[in-house]
Amino acid sequence: MTDASAGLHVKSISCTRGYRDLFSALDFQLRPGQVLRVEGKNGSGKTSLLRIMAGLAQPLEGEVLWQGQKISHAESNYLEHLLFLGHRAGIKYELTAMENLCMAKSLHGSKADNGIEDALSKVGLFGFEDIPCGQLSAGQKRRVALAQLFLTRASCWILDEPYTSLDVVAVAMLEKLFDEHIDNGGMLVITSHQPVTLQAGEQHRLVLPKTQLEPLI
Amino acid sequence: MNAPSSFAAFIALIKRDLKLSYRHRNELLNPLLFFVIVVTLFPLGVSPEKNLLQTMAPGVIWVAALLAAMLSLDTLFKSDYEDGTLEQLMLSPHSNALLVLAKIISHWLVTGVPIILLAPLLGLFMFMPAEGISTLMLTLLLGTPILSLVGAIGMALTLGLNRGGMLLSLLVLPLYIPVLIFSANAVDASMAGLEIKGQLYFLGALLVLSITLAPLAAATALKISIE
Repeated sequence: MTDASAGLHVKSISCTRGYRDLFSALDFQLRPGQVLRVEGKNGSGKTSLLRIMAGLAQPLEGEVLWQGQKISHAESNYLEHLLFLGHRAGIKYELTAMENLCMAKSLHGSKADNGIEDALSKVGLFGFEDIPCGQLSAGQKRRVALAQLFLTRASCWILDEPYTSLDVVAVAMLEKLFDEHIDNGGMLVITSHQPVTLQAGEQHRLVLPKTQLEPLI
Repeated sequence: MNAPSSFAAFIALIKRDLKLSYRHRNELLNPLLFFVIVVTLFPLGVSPEKNLLQTMAPGVIWVAALLAAMLSLDTLFKSDYEDGTLEQLMLSPHSNALLVLAKIISHWLVTGVPIILLAPLLGLFMFMPAEGISTLMLTLLLGTPILSLVGAIGMALTLGLNRGGMLLSLLVLPLYIPVLIFSANAVDASMAGLEIKGQLYFLGALLVLSITLAPLAAATALKISIE
């Protein structure tokens, strides 16, 4: 898809929290094969922006378009292409890693060729499939949530602080996965307080509350 | 590409919620114990006289069932909301109302059905005759799903609030009252040997109405609550 409307278009949105303006007239476009790193201080509105882009929250003004259509209108279409992982991992502590991912798979669908066991061994949880997630460490819980990235067929990934409580090996593994995803024409929006070093694709940076994208490479 | 079917997601969600309830089975006991305790305390508190208990039985059992159902609502969306799974449900490409219905069904299976099964025992405690007990079970079968469905709307609306409990009862109780009136009345009438078709039809109509509308309303309310 090379037409002008391909990808995610954030159209002059603004957002307030309480009486405070977080950002206003934010306008940018994210195309296949592009990475957007959202940066800014604590409380600058990174999570709010990501939730608006995922359609979980409404902006005060403006709109978000997917392939040229409002995400709220062409909703089912957008949601099929979206994978959002927020602060809260969306993992049930009473269920095992296997059961959690089975549920995620039936909710969001998956690539036919990738099995859950495969995804779990890729995130280094081989042998932990049948342990309730409540008994795993914080980093391991995070890995269970991130195993969804190996299953998903979504092209637009919106990840809020995916590196939280991960070790160096896991971060390296994720970055390799991100590079593959971008090379395959995927899109990635990511916030992180840790350094993100990606090789692939066209990378942009947005430092809130500024409203202009800065090219990284 | 392996497109997920909505029906498969619906079934998977019911199964997941049943599994979660099984692993939390102690929490499920609370509303049930409440139901049993309230009813068994009546003969002690009021009078063990047979005729009096018999007259009170339909109302007492139904009020206790209604309050037990309301107590159990708390578990419906709360934990999903807190750990972020609710967001993931709302972001799935399937109809949100369908997924909400799945959650309500599994909630009813673990809270409503035990109430229906316990009711005959409590009916015996209150000297209810056999025809009264069978009508009681029938009204509970029609009525408890309504309580879960309508309660889900209230729960979804008050989810993001810190002290939603008070507001929840204010929102939901007025909607529960028709169910209470018609059900208790039907049980009363059957014990007096009267026709109860009218009340049952009305309960049936309420059930159909709430099955069709409540999931839609609750899904919309959840969307607002997670913002």
